[in-house]
Amino acid sequence: MNKDEVPQDKKIIHGQDNSLVKVLYVTDNSGNYETTKYTGWDAENLAMSQAWESIDEKIEQTRQQVIAGELSPIAYYMEKSLMDLPTLAQYVGYWRFRVKRHLRMRVFRKLSAQQLERYASVFNIPVDQLKHIPGQP
Amino acid sequence: MIIENFHHKQSAHCESGVTLSLLQHAGITLTEPLAFGIGAGLFFGHLPFLKVNGVPGTTFRIWPGYIFKRVCKELGVKMKVEAFSSPEKGMAALDAALAANKPVGMQSSVYYLSYFPEAWRFHFNAHNLIAYGKEGNDYLISDPVMENITRLPGNELEKARFAKGFPAPNGKMYYPVQTLGNKDLTPAILSGMKKTCFFMLQSPPPFFGYRGIAYLGKRIRKYPEKLGARKAGLFIGNIIRMQEEIGTGGAGFRFLYAAFLQEAAVITKNQAFAQMSADMTKIGDEWRNFAFAAARVMKDRSGNLSTYTELGDMLIALSVREKDFFTRLKKLL
Repeated sequence: MNKDEVPQDKKIIHGQDNSLVKVLYVTDNSGNYETTKYTGWDAENLAMSQAWESIDEKIEQTRQQVIAGELSPIAYYMEKSLMDLPTLAQYVGYWRFRVKRHLRMRVFRKLSAQQLERYASVFNIPVDQLKHIPGQP
Repeated sequence: MIIENFHHKQSAHCESGVTLSLLQHAGITLTEPLAFGIGAGLFFGHLPFLKVNGVPGTTFRIWPGYIFKRVCKELGVKMKVEAFSSPEKGMAALDAALAANKPVGMQSSVYYLSYFPEAWRFHFNAHNLIAYGKEGNDYLISDPVMENITRLPGNELEKARFAKGFPAPNGKMYYPVQTLGNKDLTPAILSGMKKTCFFMLQSPPPFFGYRGIAYLGKRIRKYPEKLGARKAGLFIGNIIRMQEEIGTGGAGFRFLYAAFLQEAAVITKNQAFAQMSADMTKIGDEWRNFAFAAARVMKDRSGNLSTYTELGDMLIALSVREKDFFTRLKKLL
């Protein structure tokens, strides 16, 4: 790519400027390579925004399911931490099927303080917070 | 404690950047394109069954750690690579190396690196960075993709180094311990090219190399009918992200490789590589066009079959071009 064509499209996600100044290898007008800096490119911004839209949607969906009592708050905080079930299982050190059980409200209510602590520390929140999600009465 | 004569240099790609900075500190003159080319960093792979958050994995780079390992081997640098069973041991080893005046390269998860903008912090576990000092509880960090040096509290660095998931870094850290001084780069350059030709032409079909590009192209054509408009859009978005974001991806890597070929032409005194460099630049531009077209398709959201067919065709054409390119490059070696 020629240095005159380098895009400078800043990335705005969640209303914040998320641009990073990055290095790109470009050619000058006689074809010699040099480096230049750029703040972003619309094509990648779009892909990134789409990824976040889908994440936000999933978090909101899960939040509604927790409020409706279908899932435990662990499901919400898992989505919020951008984890999937296998990743979360590795972090807490339980088998996947066990974590899957813990996503059910009925099972969640019976978790020991120790188990709750384990989840809370993975999500980096206090245990009290783990028992509730935002918007829950 | 700060390692005084360490110089931060911003790079296009984290691993070639880390390699460059560590070796430069050890007294070897190198550039990022040379590190990337000798390290045979260029690659392609598409693994539909290896899903991350339900989206198939596409890679534009060789597996993590390969570039560094290979460049060191080619240039006669002895290095120490360690992984750890416990965070305590890992952090103690890091402190010991820093105390011995060694800047240390580390594999880590981007999710825990608070100096990145929030929207960038995914569970991507193959990011490379350098620690070059410690002040109180803060580590002084030279992250090659950042414009400036930065800091990271010890507990965050520990989390980043011992992140779980795939690939788990297990606190992996590395630094050169002995160098042979500067030697002739020509054999290293040619050997790096040979390896890249091998990876692009001969790695196991259909998932890797030029065949992998065509394979992805064929799959993209069928995305809308197989997955539905919404999921097809997500899959396409992920390809663009892998191509453009994490470690500068497809087009950026092609430009980096073109820069390498240009430097190689001067060092090996073989003008044929300069022509190859110009060809690679065009291929890189074509990858950029692909990302641009893909973004348009994604934005459209209608799941229009013909637009996906066009995207697939672009990749199949790219596959043909890369096959031709690396076949010609191989003949030059």
